[in-house]
Amino acid sequence: MRSSLILDTVTRGAFPLVLVFSLYLLFVGHNAPGGGFVGGLTAGAAFVLLYAGGGIQRVHEVVPMRYENVLGAGLLLAGVTGLGSLVLGEPFLSSAIVKWHPPLLGEIKLVTVLFFDIGVYVIVVGMVIALLTVLGAYGDDPDRMPSMVDRPATTRRDRRGIRRTRQ
Amino acid sequence: MIVLPIAVPLVAAALSLLLSRWRTAQRAISVLTCVAVVVLATVILFEADANTAIVSQLGGWPAPFGITLIADRFAAIMLLISSIMTVVVLVYALGQLDDEREFRLHFHPVYLVLSAGISASFLTGDLFNLFVAFEVMLIASYVLITLGATRGQIRAGMTYVVINLLASTLFVAAVAFIYAATGTVNMAQLAIRLAELPDGLRTALGYLLLVVFGVKAGIFPLFFWLPDSYPAAPAPVTALFAGLLTKVGVYTLIRTQTLLFPPGGGSSQVILIIAGATMLIGVLGAIAQNDIKRILSFHIISQIGYMIFGLGLFTLAGIAGAVYYIVHHIVVKTSLFLVGGMIETASGSGTLRNLGGVARRAPVLGLLFLTAAFSLAGLPPFSGFVAKLALIQEGLDLQRGGIVAVSLLVSLLTLFSMTKIWGGAFWGKPQDVKGVIDGTERPLTMKLNPLMLGATTVLVGLSVVISVAATPLYALSERAAETLVDRQPYIEAVLGPDQVALP
Amino acid sequence: MTLALAAVVAVLFAVGTYLLLQRTLTRVVLGLAIMGHGANLLLQLAGGRAGQPPVVEEGGGTAIVGSAGGAGFVDPLPQALALTAIVISFGMTAYLLAMAYRSWVMHRSDEVEDDVEDRRIARKATTADAAGDGR
Repeated sequence: MRSSLILDTVTRGAFPLVLVFSLYLLFVGHNAPGGGFVGGLTAGAAFVLLYAGGGIQRVHEVVPMRYENVLGAGLLLAGVTGLGSLVLGEPFLSSAIVKWHPPLLGEIKLVTVLFFDIGVYVIVVGMVIALLTVLGAYGDDPDRMPSMVDRPATTRRDRRGIRRTRQ
Repeated sequence: MIVLPIAVPLVAAALSLLLSRWRTAQRAISVLTCVAVVVLATVILFEADANTAIVSQLGGWPAPFGITLIADRFAAIMLLISSIMTVVVLVYALGQLDDEREFRLHFHPVYLVLSAGISASFLTGDLFNLFVAFEVMLIASYVLITLGATRGQIRAGMTYVVINLLASTLFVAAVAFIYAATGTVNMAQLAIRLAELPDGLRTALGYLLLVVFGVKAGIFPLFFWLPDSYPAAPAPVTALFAGLLTKVGVYTLIRTQTLLFPPGGGSSQVILIIAGATMLIGVLGAIAQNDIKRILSFHIISQIGYMIFGLGLFTLAGIAGAVYYIVHHIVVKTSLFLVGGMIETASGSGTLRNLGGVARRAPVLGLLFLTAAFSLAGLPPFSGFVAKLALIQEGLDLQRGGIVAVSLLVSLLTLFSMTKIWGGAFWGKPQDVKGVIDGTERPLTMKLNPLMLGATTVLVGLSVVISVAATPLYALSERAAETLVDRQPYIEAVLGPDQVALP
Repeated sequence: MTLALAAVVAVLFAVGTYLLLQRTLTRVVLGLAIMGHGANLLLQLAGGRAGQPPVVEEGGGTAIVGSAGGAGFVDPLPQALALTAIVISFGMTAYLLAMAYRSWVMHRSDEVEDDVEDRRIARKATTADAAGDGR
């Protein structure tokens, strides 16, 4: 895929900004517009920008993880947060509020539902990366799209540049 | 407690994704989780049976505002039987799926998500949460039905996905209308508030939900997608879908029609007519087919007619019959599909024209198939006979001669189409197989993984148990039907005892 | 205001239905997406008049959820429901697109294929009819 100089330069500046904004949305989500899903989508948009500029390789440079692991980690965090309240004898997904007064920073209010939201955020980001990897890895050249079943596993090309063990 | 059958498979799915490089770990997680859900479901069934219903409010928000989970007897029965099916089909799938499908295409996490979605659909007490549960279940089913993404699967999967998405969109629209009319999505509160609406409006909302769940359940005239899409999936997936997914639709149909839109004394003519048409069209479709999976898929439709028949009577005995029928059907249908899958795996084809002599080449398969097929057709002393007898007796008591006649005719035709499979696949001369004539062919069962054979045998055994233990099981179905017909206990369990009494 | 939005819902459903009836997969996907928007908008409308704040001012009222739009504010619950529905339709659309893409990769056609078995039985029925007429 050819890359464009303008897009590349803009991406370098915009990508971190969009990510920071997505984190802002994530953290204010418990009582203002925002939340895990919206934040995750914003971050996902940042990754799509990265993909448009430099192809799937750029995305994998930034997130050197298999998308399965990203998705799994997010789901695990969200699920464990929900179950955690069950362990404490409260109904599923109950949340607690912790207020904290560190010097200079004023009041910091932490709602445990934040961890659930972080899980959602990670899932959405993982899903966007999965989409880009599975659908976008071949750019505009569908002839190179591997058939998903017909080819034997041993000759599979590693298209993500990650060492595949135990296959 | 009752959130665990939903939460545990989800967390397990996450672990399974994280450990996707370790095959044994993935298999162990799936099997352990499914077995754990069976144990949980058993405990829930015993508790629900003792206390009428158990309720949990998510996040501790009180009933009409938060999301309610409720396991009454009907939900608990469905939860238990579905969790048993997921274990059996999982074991079968371990024996049948190739590595590509099982590991690289992430069969295990998706399967666990499907299990969570099915549990959530049974346990939810909130109309919108039911939609969410449906979508969790359906997105997993979309992946499973196209697992491997061959040309035929994409074609069939597309039909399946589009029809189900359309039904889901209608569901959202129906929830919007219901919320606009009543201002709540909590099912217990809906039961009270819907009763206060004008008759015409209430009927319209009821039929809207009938269409939505009718698509999922595959009732006449909304069944057309089913025989088209189910046969394309891998055998264990088809078996699970055939046994469970349409029954989730039937479950919600029974739940919403009895709890939210009871016809106010007497049977529902509309539902009975739909039931008759569903039975008849389904079995006629089955007779026209030539492929084992397709014949069986059309049978699902005709069997759903029987369950709707029980619902349409709207009496205690009718609904009890429907509940028992669902349990019987889930077990028998799944085992028939598993046997069909084994025939296909062993002889390389599912088309009757290319099959023959299976009874001689693999007597075990013949025995398993015959037991399940007789049960499905309703021959005594199998479970299908008990289920049909209960329905027909109640139909006669209520003097619904027409529907009873249709259901008897359909039973006969079911037997006829089963003999078609028997004659085509099990008897006759084997086609195109070298070594069959001179006896050098290895026995067919040797070509099968022992896990597949074992899982199917256990399931057929379970169907025999259902027939033997018909008396206590039917008594349980009757107790389940009691809480469905008399809605007061359900509403009190959710909203507390000081609620307005129903008219 | 609400009448205009109701008309928009009707148009969205009509356009969605039209697209859904096409044979091209991309149009089917678009049709479902548009219909989904219609359903979500309908859900919004269930919450009361548009343009009002979703939460009551302090001391401004009592019940919020379940009021289906009282005086001066809209019911926030349908908005939460619509948000959930949007999240779900996001995933579904992604999946449908993946399938449409896969279908295009495999046989370079964007059309829904016929069911082979159905064709066979339909052909059989036509032949049977023809034979019946010939008698």
